[in-house]
Amino acid sequence: MSEQDKAPSALAAQVRAEFEKDWRKELRRALPVLQRMKIPRRPMPQRPPGERNKDFAEVNQGLSAEEAVLEARRCLDCAKPGCVGGCPVGIDIPSFIKLVEKGDFAAAAARIRESNSLPAVCGRVCPQETQCEEKCLLKKASGVAVGIGNLERFVSDQERAAGGAVAPPLPPPTGRKVAVVGAGPAGLTVAGELARAGHSVTVFEALHEAGGVLVYGIPEFRLPKGILVAEVAYLERLGVEFRMNFVVGLTATIDDLRDEGYEAFFIGSGAGLPNFMKIPGENLVGVYSANEYLTRVNLMRAYDFPRYDTPVFPGRRAAVIGGGNVAMDSVRTAKRLGAERALIIYRRSRAEMPARVEEVHHAEEEGIEFHFLTAPTRYIGDANGRLKAMECLRMELGEPDASGRRRPVPVAGSEFTTEVDLVVVAIGQSPNPLIPQTTPGLGVGKWGTIDVDWATMATSIPSVYAGGDIARGGATVILAMGDARTAAAAMDLRLKQGAG
Amino acid sequence: MPRVVRRERLVPNIHLLEVEAPEIARKCRPGQFVIVMPDARGERIPLTIADWDRERGTVTSVFMAVGTTTRKLALLAAGDTVPIFAGPLGRPSEIGPVGTVLCAGGCFGIAAIHPLARAFKEAGNRVLALVDVKADYLLYWRDRLEAVADELVVSSRDGLYGGTDYVPGRVRDILAREKIDRIVAVGCTYFMSSVAEASRPAGVRTMVSLNPIMVDGTGMCGACRVTVDGRTRFACVDGPDFDGHLVDWAELYARRKSYFEDEVRSLCAWEEERFP
Ligand SMILES: Cc1cc2nc3c(=O)[nH]c(=O)nc-3n(C[C@H](O)[C@H](O)[C@H](O)COP(=O)(O)OP(=O)(O)OC[C@H]3O[C@@H](n4cnc5c(N)ncnc54)[C@H](O)[C@@H]3O)c2cc1C
Ligand SMILES: Cc1cc2nc3c(=O)[nH]c(=O)nc-3n(C[C@H](O)[C@H](O)[C@H](O)COP(=O)(O)OP(=O)(O)OC[C@H]3O[C@@H](n4cnc5c(N)ncnc54)[C@H](O)[C@@H]3O)c2cc1C
Ligand code: SF4
Ligand code: SF4
Ligand code: FES
Repeated sequence: MSEQDKAPSALAAQVRAEFEKDWRKELRRALPVLQRMKIPRRPMPQRPPGERNKDFAEVNQGLSAEEAVLEARRCLDCAKPGCVGGCPVGIDIPSFIKLVEKGDFAAAAARIRESNSLPAVCGRVCPQETQCEEKCLLKKASGVAVGIGNLERFVSDQERAAGGAVAPPLPPPTGRKVAVVGAGPAGLTVAGELARAGHSVTVFEALHEAGGVLVYGIPEFRLPKGILVAEVAYLERLGVEFRMNFVVGLTATIDDLRDEGYEAFFIGSGAGLPNFMKIPGENLVGVYSANEYLTRVNLMRAYDFPRYDTPVFPGRRAAVIGGGNVAMDSVRTAKRLGAERALIIYRRSRAEMPARVEEVHHAEEEGIEFHFLTAPTRYIGDANGRLKAMECLRMELGEPDASGRRRPVPVAGSEFTTEVDLVVVAIGQSPNPLIPQTTPGLGVGKWGTIDVDWATMATSIPSVYAGGDIARGGATVILAMGDARTAAAAMDLRLKQGAG
Repeated sequence: MPRVVRRERLVPNIHLLEVEAPEIARKCRPGQFVIVMPDARGERIPLTIADWDRERGTVTSVFMAVGTTTRKLALLAAGDTVPIFAGPLGRPSEIGPVGTVLCAGGCFGIAAIHPLARAFKEAGNRVLALVDVKADYLLYWRDRLEAVADELVVSSRDGLYGGTDYVPGRVRDILAREKIDRIVAVGCTYFMSSVAEASRPAGVRTMVSLNPIMVDGTGMCGACRVTVDGRTRFACVDGPDFDGHLVDWAELYARRKSYFEDEVRSLCAWEEERFP
């Protein structure tokens, strides 16, 4: 459940109040709607495909200030904006865009931060086209939405270049100790919200860098690590303490932490357990889970081996199984590490691919080959147990399944074999069972997700909350952050009422 | 960052590393391991917890210097820090009153079986310790093992302990001599598979502590996949202990060799940088 489902009227009232301000009226008068609609959407500058597919530097280069102001002018400043309702954390989108139009980028950044603590991340990886931009009234009117995500990115990049977000004045410390498990987008958001409410927050993270999937999964060419470093530094300025290399459940359980004086808990441990297809040959050398492949390259910097000690197979003919963002990130990584051919093997058709349109488009430009309606049936190894080929089956689309997508059905006798020396299995992740296994009484659903009350994100244990992928089982950054805000509000209320 | 309290060469190529890690020291149990990374550009590697001191808050591992990471660790001195020392990871070994237990260790496993032998003894078992070394000068922690085991058997290829045969022969001798109810084996893959093969005919339950390549050690990546009884398991969370008679050893050998060429490259690059 998102912010505005909870309090639609409060958010709408706030958006309305901003809308009525004089400077907004003036901006609206200065440029009539029809002229605004004539400005074409400003394209995101990108590095040329043939250059960028050889290194890990960021693909999108960001709008210039002039272009950003021009894009902001496209926004019609609607009286009843559609966009706000499409944003899971309820950013006052027209307000921040109009501040950009006015040239007050710092105020725009502050406005976004009221509801989104990771704007530089969301501006880059949010599936805007199916969220805020999907509901943009300009899209309804002219077919092309305002580039909300691009503007959000622009504003937060300006903020970072100017030295980063300024910590707001903090209320007097409440003296209440909160433990956050996992430094992914969900955990970081809860930490920021509760620190700003005056609580003493410690984030416990199993890995050695904060960011969750944002640091170990999503590659540098889509989300540079410097961004996370800046966000974590901001949280530290708010007083959040980070305990890295701390595996909750093993280094200490939730109950141990309670004994140490922590009174409220947020579990944002993500969906980190990689799924495999359980087909023959999956344990051959050369077959990776996407998590392992991306972790080696991103978190452990295997792209800079041997300067960094962790190796990864380069792969001459690489095949990535799957059609989501994880598959796109993996296949584009394989290309960058030098694969002559990098293939996507997806069992449905292009229309059903869950990956963001932009990522698919970028992948195509970079020379990735797409093989639709194809699924692997087994992997074939050489005498040393190394992958050398893969057997696949053609599929055709049958009746819609539970997800509403047409179910792929194998075409009998269509097996064929193709040579590959690297396979990355990117068919999804399940929630990591470590915390449920070590926390007696924690209610868990059929797929291993932690059961929550979606209005508060409370779990079955009093004072223990959960959100993000551990509750949803593989969703998006912004949904994880929406959960986190809901949880933080409920936790703050509970702590202020005196209960743990 | 975790601080090194002691780093000491026990015998050629085998070192002890004691690190300040109060939470791990408080929580760890025999059979668990830590993930350590020696420096900011290093690799995360697993090491078995060989000992701990709950009062002083320290954890000890014993490792063999084989590649870049372990050689970097071998150069640490007291007072140095390591960026990562995470744990205790993995499931603790199953310890219980089973009767007579044979704890077999080779190379770093000689240290790793020490807490196991101690725990089995405390659980009321008769404990035999069997350690395997290439030569007498590679034997360490003899006194510590003697202190916790009812009997210590050494197999050494130099003939100094009677006979020059490898560990399987000793396992068979012991099984012929008395009834063993449980075997636990820790060491290199070859050592553990040899023990498991030697005990298979007698059908004595033989637990081995598997050592596949790992990355996170928390069940997130699947690098540590092993096949046991026809099923894929993640050694870091489902293990590291498994029934040695059910392990697909050939697959484990192949997977451990995944990066052989890269490991050599890594070592050469590091040596050039470190010792120009
Ligand atoms: C490769 C890839 C690409 C993606 N691309 C996009 C995209 O473009 N847009 C988008 O919106 N979403 C994308 N997603 C999905 C998105 O990243 C996730 O939905 C989001 O990160 C979930 O956030 P989270 O905070 O719930 O969990 P995570 O980001 O998974 O963070 C969980 C954190 O908890 C830590 N942890 C786990 N267990 C413990 C424990 N026991 N103790 C301590 N710490 C623990 C983990 O190490 C991790 O750091 C992508 C995912 C992947 C894998
Ligand atoms: C649960 C577990 C406990 C272990 N306990 C000990 C111990 O107590 N003492 C000890 O000396 N060794 C132990 N090992 C093995 C140890 O992790 C490897 O020897 C070490 O990783 C070698 O790293 P390197 O960079 O020095 O050598 P490299 O040159 O990288 O590799 C040498 C050998 O080590 C293996 N290896 C390489 N990288 C890894 C990795 N990331 N994870 C696991 N194995 C790897 C490879 O199969 C290779 O054959 C354990 C392994 C596991 C899985
Ligand atoms: S956070 Fe995401 S959904 Fe919300 S405005 Fe930004 S890009 Fe749109
Ligand atoms: S719906 Fe579109 S045009 Fe209207 S305020 Fe929102 S972004 Fe601007
Ligand atoms: S080491 Fe990553 S899952 Fe076991």
